[in-house]
Amino acid sequence: MAERTPAVQFLSIDGKFAPNEAAEQYLPYLADLTASDHQQFYRDMAITRRFDEECTNLQRQGQMGLWPPSHGQEAAQVGSARAARPQDVLFPTYREHAAALVRGVDILDIVSVMRGASLGGWNPNDPKNGNFRNYTLVIGSQTLHATGYAMGVAFDGAVGTGDPEIDTAVMVYFGDGSTSQGDVSESFVFAASNQTPQVFFLQNNHWAISVPVSTQSRIPLYLRAQGFGIPSVQIDGNDVLASYAASKRHLDEARSGEGPAMIEALTYRIGAHTTSDDPTRYQTPEQLAYWVARDPIIRFESYLRSQGAPEQFFADTVAEANDFAADLRHRTLALEAPSLASMFDNVYAEPHALTTDQLAWLDAYELSLREGV
Amino acid sequence: MAASVEELPLAKALNAGLRAAMATDDRVLLMGEDIGTLGGVFRVTEGLQDEFGKKRVLDTPLAESGIVGTAIGLAMRGYRPVCEIQFDGFIFPAFDQITSQLAKMTNRTSGAVHMPVVIRVPYGGHIGAVEHHQESPEAYFAHTAGLRVVSPSTPNDAYWMIQEAIRSDDPVMFFEPKSRYWPKGPVDFTSSAAPLHATRVVRTGTDVTLLAHGAMVSTLLQAAQVAADEGVSVEVLDLRSLSPIDFGPIISSVEKTGRLIVCQEAPGFVSVGSEIAATVAERAFFSLQSPVLRVSGFDTPYPASKIETFYLPDADRVLDAIDRSLAY
Ligand SMILES: Cc1ncc(C[n+]2csc(CCOP(=O)(O)OP(=O)(O)O)c2C)c(N)n1
Repeated sequence: MAERTPAVQFLSIDGKFAPNEAAEQYLPYLADLTASDHQQFYRDMAITRRFDEECTNLQRQGQMGLWPPSHGQEAAQVGSARAARPQDVLFPTYREHAAALVRGVDILDIVSVMRGASLGGWNPNDPKNGNFRNYTLVIGSQTLHATGYAMGVAFDGAVGTGDPEIDTAVMVYFGDGSTSQGDVSESFVFAASNQTPQVFFLQNNHWAISVPVSTQSRIPLYLRAQGFGIPSVQIDGNDVLASYAASKRHLDEARSGEGPAMIEALTYRIGAHTTSDDPTRYQTPEQLAYWVARDPIIRFESYLRSQGAPEQFFADTVAEANDFAADLRHRTLALEAPSLASMFDNVYAEPHALTTDQLAWLDAYELSLREGV
Repeated sequence: MAASVEELPLAKALNAGLRAAMATDDRVLLMGEDIGTLGGVFRVTEGLQDEFGKKRVLDTPLAESGIVGTAIGLAMRGYRPVCEIQFDGFIFPAFDQITSQLAKMTNRTSGAVHMPVVIRVPYGGHIGAVEHHQESPEAYFAHTAGLRVVSPSTPNDAYWMIQEAIRSDDPVMFFEPKSRYWPKGPVDFTSSAAPLHATRVVRTGTDVTLLAHGAMVSTLLQAAQVAADEGVSVEVLDLRSLSPIDFGPIISSVEKTGRLIVCQEAPGFVSVGSEIAATVAERAFFSLQSPVLRVSGFDTPYPASKIETFYLPDADRVLDAIDRSLAY
């Protein structure tokens, strides 16, 4: 296979700021970041790690049907989500808990989905949810929705005006397994054809449940986009600064009318695919150890310490994360099942005889049971 | 302004309906394969790209899942996309986006996100075409919660129903009977047809009720005429809407005639006709003087077109069913 440039990396695995050659052109995109932005990135990642663990525990305790952990992928998600502007629109898979947090989604709404108390969880049109669309469980489907949405952004003229409040980009998350889905290829085709203001953000966590990425592709996945005419770059996805800088650049370019781009973030799912999975059946201990040594949070903590972040900051973050998790646990236990009517409500936007009749029937039936008729 | 009533083929009536919808609401977009420069393989969108521009009439890449998937995204952004699937048999690459995404979006977002998307599907036989070009896949979609499914049988209905479908905030599967694209019929531009989901009585009679949608309606009218010549009074209903089904007029008709024959080009097994037969048995059991009969395409793949006339129900098969029904 051809030689290729290494993935964009600013932070070495021991947390030293040492941009590699590939990172040089991305350096300007870090220029505006302050120490407090850095601390925000750290808090986002640490809080996510903590509530993610809490959710796994809650699932083990029977409080949720399923939980897909984001453990190990926090830097890829936080860097990309923090690079987006408020008006940008993000289309997730089902694992972008850190990105959801950054955009303002109440994590309880994700829990509600995984607990079986709601299908979609949150209202993506409510401004408090930061244009973070709903999770999508059919692998790859959301890439087409994102591309269509981005076509609409362009038709609305919200691209390339030069007004930073108006110009809008769309970012879609997807996994390495999903790249084999036809919908992902079709979304590349439609994005290239329409030159959509869009960033494809691939988290290559090396596994699709138990299937290694080598089964999905014999070339590095970022190269695949180039076959569709979409510029692409590979980054160290466990380096939050690389994720931020690459996302910032490509989102900026998308907003200014330069068309779509694709980012492949090399990361790793440290642990199970979901709480139903047993990763020891397919992950080797050596592989796991290799990636644990590249833990994105530990790496960034070393960097912040080297920059003089005080001990108190880390202690405060631990306390904040614990409070966050405790509050989430508390509210999870209080979540109630939805009403029966909610099954029939909103099947259609306008009344439909079938669902109207069936709800009336169910109400009467339930009433007859209660009254012992 | 056009004269208030004009004789038009169904394809041209659709074209006029699309034009009216696009002129009324600039969020309405057309998208599909070959619909721009060419005007669609059936010319239903002829002239619309010239009139409304390339941002409103999109020649898309050749990928049906991509068409519907991006239409979903456009709807999220506030557009009202009207997708053309080039032929019935090519809708299946989009089946996942239609049934798992489009149909469920409103429900899974508790009504926060609506999907005002219309999917136009030229469907059905009688045109002597090759494989995958003559199918009637409507039952798959009628079976799916969250979709509305309609099919006009006349130019007038086509003109009005396409506009109503576009105005609906729900996804509408719009099945266009392609063998009826060319015959002309009156289109009344001033007063609208029956509501989108209404079953309509198109011929009144007293002895037996015939029911169909799309192209089969004209077959039923032929059969009814022959039966009338033989002294049998036949009522003919045009279903028009397959989801929801407007059962009121069907039940009323069965209460009058006591006999129902449901006809369709589609295969009969687990079909719209099956559903109607079951529901009529539940709701009008004591009015029935004979079992509800189905006259359908066979449960085979659509055959080679040289023998399609043996597959598709014709007036003789309908007349045979009338005889069987009356024999009870
Ligand atoms: C169309 C489809 N097929 C199968 C599944 C079951 N499934 C859920 S997650 C998954 C693996 C996805 O891998 P990847 O895209 O790499 O994302 P990751 O889970 O690693 O984040 C599979 C096969 C699904 N959800 N959708």
